[in-house]
This record gives sequence, C-alpha cells and structure tokens, in this order.
Amino acid sequence: GRRIWASGCLWLSLARFLRLPSSRDSDQEPGRTEQAAAFFWLVSLLLASLIWFISVHLSDREDAKLQYGLLIFGAAVSVLLQEPTRGRPARPPWVSGLSFGIISGMFSVINILADSVGPGIVGIHGDSPYYFITSAFLTMALVLLHTFWGVIFFDACEKRHYWCLGLVVASHLLTSGLTFLNPWYEASLAPIFVITLCTGLWAFVTAGGSLRNILKMGRTCPRLHCVDWGLRLLRNGGPC
Amino acid sequence: MAAAVGRAWGSRRMEVAARSCRGSLPAWWGLLRGLLLAVLAAGSCQGNSVERKIYIPLNKTAPCVRLLNATHQIGCQSSISGDTGVIHVVEKEEDLNWVLADGPHPPYMILLDGNLFNRRVMLQLKGTSRVSGLAVATAKPSPPQGFSPGLKCPNDGFGVYSKDYGPQFAHCNKTVWNPVGSGLSYEDFDFPIFLLEDANETQVIKQCYQDHNVPRDGSGPEYPLCAMQLFSHMHAVTSTVTCMRRSSLQSTFSINPEVVCDPLLDYNVWSTLQPINSSGKVDPEKEVIIVATRIDSHSFFWNIAPGADSAVSSFVTHLAAAEALHKVSDVHLLQRNIMFTFFQGETFDYIGSSRMVYDMEKDKFPLRLDNIHSFVELNQVALRNDSVLWMHTDPVSRLNESVEVQVRNLLDILSNSSTGASVTLQEAGYSQPLPPSSFQRFLRARHIPGVVLTDHKTAFQNRYYQSMYDTPENIRMQYPEGLSPEETLEYVTDTAKSLAEVATVVARALYRLAGGANNTSAIQADPKTVTRMLYGFLIKMNNSWFQSIIKPDIKGILGDVPQHYVAVSSPVNTTYLVQYVLANLTGTVVNLTKEECLNPEKTPNSEKEMYEYAWVQGSLDPNSTSRIPYCVRSTVHLSKALSPAFELRQWGSTEYSTWTESRWKEIRARIFLVASKELEIITLVVGVAILIFSLLATYFINAKADILFSIPRDPGAVAY
Repeated sequence: GRRIWASGCLWLSLARFLRLPSSRDSDQEPGRTEQAAAFFWLVSLLLASLIWFISVHLSDREDAKLQYGLLIFGAAVSVLLQEPTRGRPARPPWVSGLSFGIISGMFSVINILADSVGPGIVGIHGDSPYYFITSAFLTMALVLLHTFWGVIFFDACEKRHYWCLGLVVASHLLTSGLTFLNPWYEASLAPIFVITLCTGLWAFVTAGGSLRNILKMGRTCPRLHCVDWGLRLLRNGGPC
Repeated sequence: MAAAVGRAWGSRRMEVAARSCRGSLPAWWGLLRGLLLAVLAAGSCQGNSVERKIYIPLNKTAPCVRLLNATHQIGCQSSISGDTGVIHVVEKEEDLNWVLADGPHPPYMILLDGNLFNRRVMLQLKGTSRVSGLAVATAKPSPPQGFSPGLKCPNDGFGVYSKDYGPQFAHCNKTVWNPVGSGLSYEDFDFPIFLLEDANETQVIKQCYQDHNVPRDGSGPEYPLCAMQLFSHMHAVTSTVTCMRRSSLQSTFSINPEVVCDPLLDYNVWSTLQPINSSGKVDPEKEVIIVATRIDSHSFFWNIAPGADSAVSSFVTHLAAAEALHKVSDVHLLQRNIMFTFFQGETFDYIGSSRMVYDMEKDKFPLRLDNIHSFVELNQVALRNDSVLWMHTDPVSRLNESVEVQVRNLLDILSNSSTGASVTLQEAGYSQPLPPSSFQRFLRARHIPGVVLTDHKTAFQNRYYQSMYDTPENIRMQYPEGLSPEETLEYVTDTAKSLAEVATVVARALYRLAGGANNTSAIQADPKTVTRMLYGFLIKMNNSWFQSIIKPDIKGILGDVPQHYVAVSSPVNTTYLVQYVLANLTGTVVNLTKEECLNPEKTPNSEKEMYEYAWVQGSLDPNSTSRIPYCVRSTVHLSKALSPAFELRQWGSTEYSTWTESRWKEIRARIFLVASKELEIITLVVGVAILIFSLLATYFINAKADILFSIPRDPGAVAY
C-alpha cells in the first residue's frame, strides 16, 4: 500500500523530470548548463533561507502573525533571489529552465515523498487527506512553470523586452503567493494551473510557435492506420 | 522551438546573461550532491513537519515481550516492520462482533477496556486473523472481581512437590493457590499487545476513533480511517534451548555476534546478624537461621510489576525485622546466627533460591546446607483478615520425627512471640502443603524445619497476584489529601503500622529461635521506617531518604514509578535499594575518609572479609545544596542469582529455571490516518499515465520542432 503511494507520487513528479536527447546540439557540453542552473538555484535558496532564519531569530518568536508575515517575506525574497540566478541560456533554451524546475521540484517534493513511504497519510490533525497528491501536482506545475519562464526570460533578455522580465518575476511571485492559500486547493491549485497553461502558451509563441504551424503540421500528417503510425514514429522520429 | 532560438543565439555572446553567469565552479557538482543528500536526510529526520502532520506517537506505553523457557515461548510478537490496523474501540463484549465478523476493513487494532482483558476475550482474539494488535487501557478502578494473568498454580514443577515427594500435593491437587489466575501471561500471542498507561493518550485515540471510524447511518465508515501501528519485534523464537544455541553459535563464530536472548538474572541480597567471613567457610558446628523473602514480581507487560502485596509487603517487613534485631544489645552473644536473605527472580521458577541452594551444595557459598538450623519465610503478609497470620509447614517432611519436633518448636516460639501484639498466628494445618515459596527449593535439597508466614490460609487473599493492579491501593495504603512529597514520605499509614506489627512478631521469634534468653518486649519494629520504605518502594523511589543512603555515582537510577521486575541487566533498582536500605538499617557509621572507605584493604583493622564498606552520599545540608557523605560498615553482600541451568549449560533443564527474555531493536507505537487501497491505486495509475503522456508529447514536439517553431524573418535557416 505505502509503496504504491510512493511510486505513484514519484511517477507524477518525474513526469516532467526526464529530458530527451537532443543529439544535434553539438557545440555545448551536455549537462553542464543544467547542473549549473540547479546549483545556482540551490545557492539562491540557501541565501533566502539564511535571510529568513536571521530575521526569525531577531524577531519575537511568540507573535504568530509576525512569524507568518516573515514566512511570506522569506518566500518573496527567495523568488527575487532565484530569478537572477537562472544562468546562461542554453541550446535548447528550455534546458536551463527545466533543470531549474527539476531542482526546485525535487526540493519541494523529496521531503514529502520520504514521509509518504510510511503507512499513514496526512490528516490526523485536521489537514487535508489529499496532501500528497496535491503536492505532487503542484510540483509538476512548478517544474513546467520554471521551464516556460526560462524560455521567456532568455528571449526577453535577448530582445531587451524588460517588461517581459518583470512579468516573469511577477508571475513567479504570484504563484509563490498562491501557495500560501493551501489547503484551500480550489483557490491555490486551480489558478496555478491556469497560470501554467497561460505561461505555456506564451512560451510556445515566444519560441516561434503559432496556430498556423500547428495546422500546417496537421495537414502534412496524413491519416494513417494506427500500426503504421506507430512504426513511423519509432523509425523516423515522427508520424509524417 | 529549440532549433530557431538556439540558432539565433548561437552566434552571439550573451552579454545580458553574462552578469548572472559565473562560469562553472570546479567543485559545484560535489556540493550539489551534498545539498541533495541533505534534502533527502531532511525527509527522513525525526520531527520534521510533514511527519508531525501524519503521525501522533504514543509515548507512555508498555509492551508485552517474549519470554522463553526450556520448552515454550510466551508473550507477544509483532512483524519486523510493525503491525498496522484500523482502530476499533471495544468497551463491551458486543463490540467484539464488529472486529471478529462484521467490520469491513480488517485487520483491526483493538483498543480494549481493561475490564474486558480476560482469558475468554483474549482467546477469541488469538484465534482470528482479523486482529493485528491490541492496546489495553488500564482499568480505573481495578477490576473488582480480581485480575491475575499468572498461573493458577505458580512455579508448578519447580517446587518440592512432585510425583516422588508428596504427589497428593503436586500440581495444586489439594489447594489451588491462585484461583483468579487466568494464565494469560503464559500464553503465546502472534500479535503485539501494548498497555496504555496514560489516560490522556487513551482519550486521544478514542477521539480519533469517534471522528473517523464510527459507522454512520448503518453503513460502514469511510476512508480515511484512523489506524494504529505497534512495533515490538522479538528476536528469539521457540524456546530457551533454541535461542541460547543460536546465541552461543553467534558468540563463538561471528565477529559481530547477534545475541537473541538473555537469561533472567540479578543478585540476591544477604546479610548476617553476626558477621561472618564471606570469603571463607562457616564452621559446620555453627547454626544459622535463614529468614527469606522474594523481592521481585511480574505482570503481563514488560517492566510493569508494582508487586505491592506479592513482593514489597514481605521484604519491607523483613527489612524492618532486621533493623529491630540489630538494635538488640546482646546480638553477639546469641547462640545461633541469623541470615536475612532477599531472593531475586523467584517469580520465574525460583531463580535466586535455586542458585543459592546450588552454591551451598557446591561449596561456593560461605554457608552449607548443614549449617541451616531452621527457615522462616515471609510471603504475602499485607492483606490479613482480622489480623491473622497463617503459618504454613510442609506435611511430608514433618512425617520424620526429628523434623516434626523442630517444626513444633518453631511454631510454638512463633505463637508465643505474638502474645501481646495485635497479630494472631494460626497454623494452616497438617493437610495443607506449602504455598509457592523459596523454602520449597531448600526442602528439595535437605529436610530443614521451616515455616512460611502468609496472610492466606488456602487460596491467596491477593486477587491481583502478579498483575499491574497489585498497587498500593491493593494493600490499602491511603494518604490524606494535600501532603507534600516530604510529608507523604514521613506519614505513617495504617498499612505501615500493621506491617510493623508483623515485623515485631517475627523479630521476637527470631531472637528466641537464635537462643536469646532476655525479655523480648523491647524488640519493636519502627513504623516510621516501614512507612518510608513502603513509600519508596511503591510510590516514589526518588525521595530524600533513598537519595541519602545510596552511593553518589548511582543516584541517576532512581526513576519514576517503582517496578520490581527481575530483568536481564543487573542489578536492577530494587536490588540496589534493598542492599543500601539494609546497609543503612543494620550497619554502623564508621569514621573513615572516602579513600579509606573505598579501599578498606589498605586500612588496618577493617576486617574486610567480615564487612562491606559503602561510601554513601548522605542527606542534604539544610542550608546548602551539597550533601554530607559518610562511610557505612555493614554485613550486606550480593550473591549472583543466575539459574544453575545456565552455569551448567543445560538449557532444557527441568530441574532449574530456564527463563530467558528475548532481545528486540525498537518498541514504539503511533496513530495516524490511512487511505483506501483504491485511492492509492488511482494515484499510481494517474502518475504513470501522466508520465507516459508527457514522454510521448515531448518526443513528438521535439520531432516536429522544425514545423512547430518557425521564426518569420529567417525562413530559410531551418533546423540545426
């Protein structure tokens, strides 16, 4: 029972963790950009938690509202420190964002995964019993968001569209703030998924996609029998 | 997407991004891995917030552990990763039907009311596979009809009565000593059973049950359900023979031996009225009277053994009698010596007394069996009806003329000593055998004249023999409200007064037996000492008197509620305290410095073989926080109480006790909510489906990237 839980959540989270080989990318050492991005994300998180830790110790521990406010402040600082550490753009550009997303996702979900291995679920103190599954979906949204933000960020940097940069940072802050509405999952998870969808569309357009291209792809792809379609997929790397 | 953008950037250095690009640090990969490991460790460390959201640990519990003897294993066992079950509260017998038949979510963890913890219910639970464990809530007040998980015939087969000696008395044919005994402690359960000592924790579990597990509107309760997990995995199996064989194989051949069980062992405490050479041998002409009591008890649960009537009442009386005798002026002129012996491990087939008899037979003890003139034993003496104390003797040995004469003499002296006291001594009669007592082990070796003093004529008066309910309330110890701990220590209860009466009678009788000729009216046991001992051994060990009479380096051992289980690590608190209390009551303060006291062989005139010297920490100086230590000289010694079966390596012995206790790694309990199997499967399937979908989608998009992502101003430069 508990193993099924653990693997279920792990698969959910891993859904966005694998990257596909882009062997045609030859003028870049495979892996360095991802690892660097992940490393700098961790550094930014460390700095942010240090700031939060110091501020907590300097403040009045008993005041619950103050501590909650400090937590929000810490989250905002963490977001603001993460953005500058996105690293250099890579080829393909979603790689850097993806590794950023992977490390961020792992950080938020590993802790929960480790405790989901036992026989119990969250809820005895009144929390929501859907804690594990919503955490997994939230992590998935976060990883996707980081990937999309990476694409938009570097395109905005290159094109000097600073309002795009500001929008990326703002939506990151908004997402982070929405998680404070947990466990009111209708108010936090649903908007976050809407934001993910919109950011995904924006990244798609930024990268050069458009409705016309999708339709063009549909036209060049004749309707084939399922088996032929599958065989072509495996052989050519595409059904068309 | 990848192609065009990558191309657009490939030919330009990214000055914009350069400000955030620090370049690759040489050691960052190792640091990354280290940080990742730290994250993983955070998930598994205790007390992290997610774990606290899931589990509520139960801290004040006592497990039922596995004990083994030559042929059987008794007690309880859990799986190696704990047993989990949905909680069901059973407060009346009808609730059991849900667990045994109706409930839709087996296996169940039962929270059993203490009054239902009897043999009938337990055998029903033992026979079903729908029960994964049991938590028993202590019944407050104690069950009025009595409760004893011990045997109806305690220590049967290891006493003196067998088919060769008094067969009509063997196996409790004549008198059933413990009719309330259900024998639960001696059953083997394959699920864990825990005792919930704290009523608050019991309430938390019941509240969780009320919130989640109670069926509503006739249908079954819905997930998530409240569940409990108990860990008490025992390493030893089958019997002592098997586990000792495995342990000895491990110890012989393995570098890191995994011992699976330990024999129950501790120390007997003995002391003599006139000092004897403890490393030599007593002259065969010198006669000694042995006074004996047991100092241990047992219950169904590990290390819960208050033993108020079964052990404490008797050895406290014994200590008081020893104190009274030592105050007599002509002690050194007595014709016979008196040995005060406190046997440990008697609950488990007479570990202590069988070892002492064995040592005496094998000449490893200063005394030999020939030296013993007579034997006086104190068993349960606190629950006397109308202040009658019964004298039990062995009818079979009394068939011998010479033994009969001595026993008669003994009984007369005892009866005479009770004149003037409020204790009436009566004989239990010829037709009665001896109750379970250490004297039986001595009788097995030699027909010694002896008597066992108890508060019961036939069956035990104690309805909570060897159970967790044998508490101070059982022996009617009552204190008035509102006393501070110091005042409670000094307050003389009625129980203390009545036990002091018994001690007085015993002391006077012993004086006469030892050949004392003077008037015995001056021999009086002190109720103040008795009440302090009762408080210390039954209510609070960590009191000011006990603290002042122990050695400085063991003051950490004084724990919370006193328990008198023999255990496997020695000496236990009870043995330590009996030793030091006896030294305090019967010894003398001598003017030696700490070095002289700790090394008496270097001090002239110390007579090291005759006496033991102890440096005790003394009482608190009234005006400061330091203590005034001093040196105590006494004749108190310890002798090893390990069954001869383990010395002789006869692990299947039927003659000596072969009790061992299993080893274990962790014992704990916790409650939490569990989700349904369906939700778990759905989560897994959804996760795998999303994974496969995302793999396919990414592969597909990547393959079609040149069509999907195009940059309008450079249509020719496609794909890299």
